[in-house]
Amino acid sequence: MTDALSRFQAFVSGQLAQLGAMMLLLGDIFKTTFTRRPRWHETVEQTFKIGWQSQAVVVITGAFTGMVFAVQTYLQFHKVKMDTAVGPVVSVAMTRELAPVLTALMVAGRVGAAIAAELGTMRVTEQLDALRSMGTAPVDYLAVPRFVALLVALPLLTAEAMFFGIYSGYVVGVHMCGIDEAYFLTNMYKFTAAKDVMSGLIKSVFFAVFIGLISCYKGFNADEGAEGVGRATTEAVVVSSLTVLIANFFIAVIFNKIFPV
Amino acid sequence: MIQIEGLWKSFDDVEVLRGVDFEIRDRETVVIIGRSGCGKSVLLKHLCGLLRPDAGRVVVDGQDIEVLSERELTPIRKKFGVLFQGAALFDSMTVFDNVAFPLREERKLGEDEIIQRVEAALAIVDLLNAKNKKPAELSGGMRKRAALARACVPQPKYILYDEPTTGLDPILADDINDLVLRMRDHYRVTSIAVTHDMVSAYKIADRIAMLHEGRIHAVGTPTEIQATTDPIVRRFITGMGETQEEVRRGAETVR
Repeated sequence: MTDALSRFQAFVSGQLAQLGAMMLLLGDIFKTTFTRRPRWHETVEQTFKIGWQSQAVVVITGAFTGMVFAVQTYLQFHKVKMDTAVGPVVSVAMTRELAPVLTALMVAGRVGAAIAAELGTMRVTEQLDALRSMGTAPVDYLAVPRFVALLVALPLLTAEAMFFGIYSGYVVGVHMCGIDEAYFLTNMYKFTAAKDVMSGLIKSVFFAVFIGLISCYKGFNADEGAEGVGRATTEAVVVSSLTVLIANFFIAVIFNKIFPV
Repeated sequence: MIQIEGLWKSFDDVEVLRGVDFEIRDRETVVIIGRSGCGKSVLLKHLCGLLRPDAGRVVVDGQDIEVLSERELTPIRKKFGVLFQGAALFDSMTVFDNVAFPLREERKLGEDEIIQRVEAALAIVDLLNAKNKKPAELSGGMRKRAALARACVPQPKYILYDEPTTGLDPILADDINDLVLRMRDHYRVTSIAVTHDMVSAYKIADRIAMLHEGRIHAVGTPTEIQATTDPIVRRFITGMGETQEEVRRGAETVR
């Protein structure tokens, strides 16, 4: 019992120490972003890698989520003769919840893993020490461009997922399920407000911070060897994804107070 | 000049350095020898502030670097070039971009002058033909030479070599030794190398210091080290256990 308790205490203090170290890294990233000369070349390169090259996966995710959501809601709403509610349900769900969360999860999987693996490999092969030995801070050269790129790219990718999710929901609802186009669109416009889109986009900014911070932290603190890099990569994806899902609930509760449905 | 005073460093419960005191004079080449895992690389990383000691201090040109923050260390670190054990070239860049990196980071030189200096450094290490290759396309020896060019191109005052010849065949290792000497003569730098390769140590060192059980156990010129009767140093430089060494001496006496 005492042994289990001491292990639990060690686990909790380890997690708190990690959280503290992440907060310090976040502070360093923000400070560096606003006080050091911007690294345009690296930032544009990372924005291309993180944003442009993630488009395919995000578009496919958004489109098929919108399609399946339209089919499922149609099948249920059809039973109670509310077919025309499919449009607003799909659009509100996509803008408020599905697009930001699913985009963040896809980016956490694709980009978070890549960041943690790259930085982790640089750590274990002494490339981070090499940077520091040349007077270049790894946070300045590696973390800030990735962080800024995520802050720029994730909201844009989320907007893209919203568009393709709603459009594919419209195609399925109107052309496959036979919902009247005029009612579908009228109801969709009526019940979807700018605040729904804004709420989704603001969420994506928070998710970008979580993914960037966790992935950089895990990469910078990878243990030695291939196993250490592998573990850092897995942890970056798992912790980022769980943080997105958990934070989404709390952000949604707060946003529902600020922007009531 | 670098002064190391009472340096202690532990990792978890293992005491690696236990009060190292040593002084490195300007323009000399010091080789630190010692068994694998005895803390040579740890000591080297303290010199440019890559590691912080638990106790003691490192003074570089009169500046105690232990009191400096990470940002304040930048001008001190620019006095150093470091050749890491695994070369630590940036995978995503070509050899040219790797060597140009410290110059571009300094933002003092124009691109034309950077090209000129990088090509001069690559010519010294005989890698001009490989300047557009990525590190993954290079052999171990080429990687070390590229890393050496990167360490030297900003013309630092001190160059730190972490196991410069480890993992290379004797001919390549000798090439690297020649390069270390050429860099010393060309850039007039102070060199600090850690190695357990005695052939290399005898060839490049002005002084050799042996790290043993976390302290500097012996210091001397290569000739003095070769002639020492200290059993710990003798065991290390001959690569023999005490019994083997005694047997060899006995055999020599019989002859």
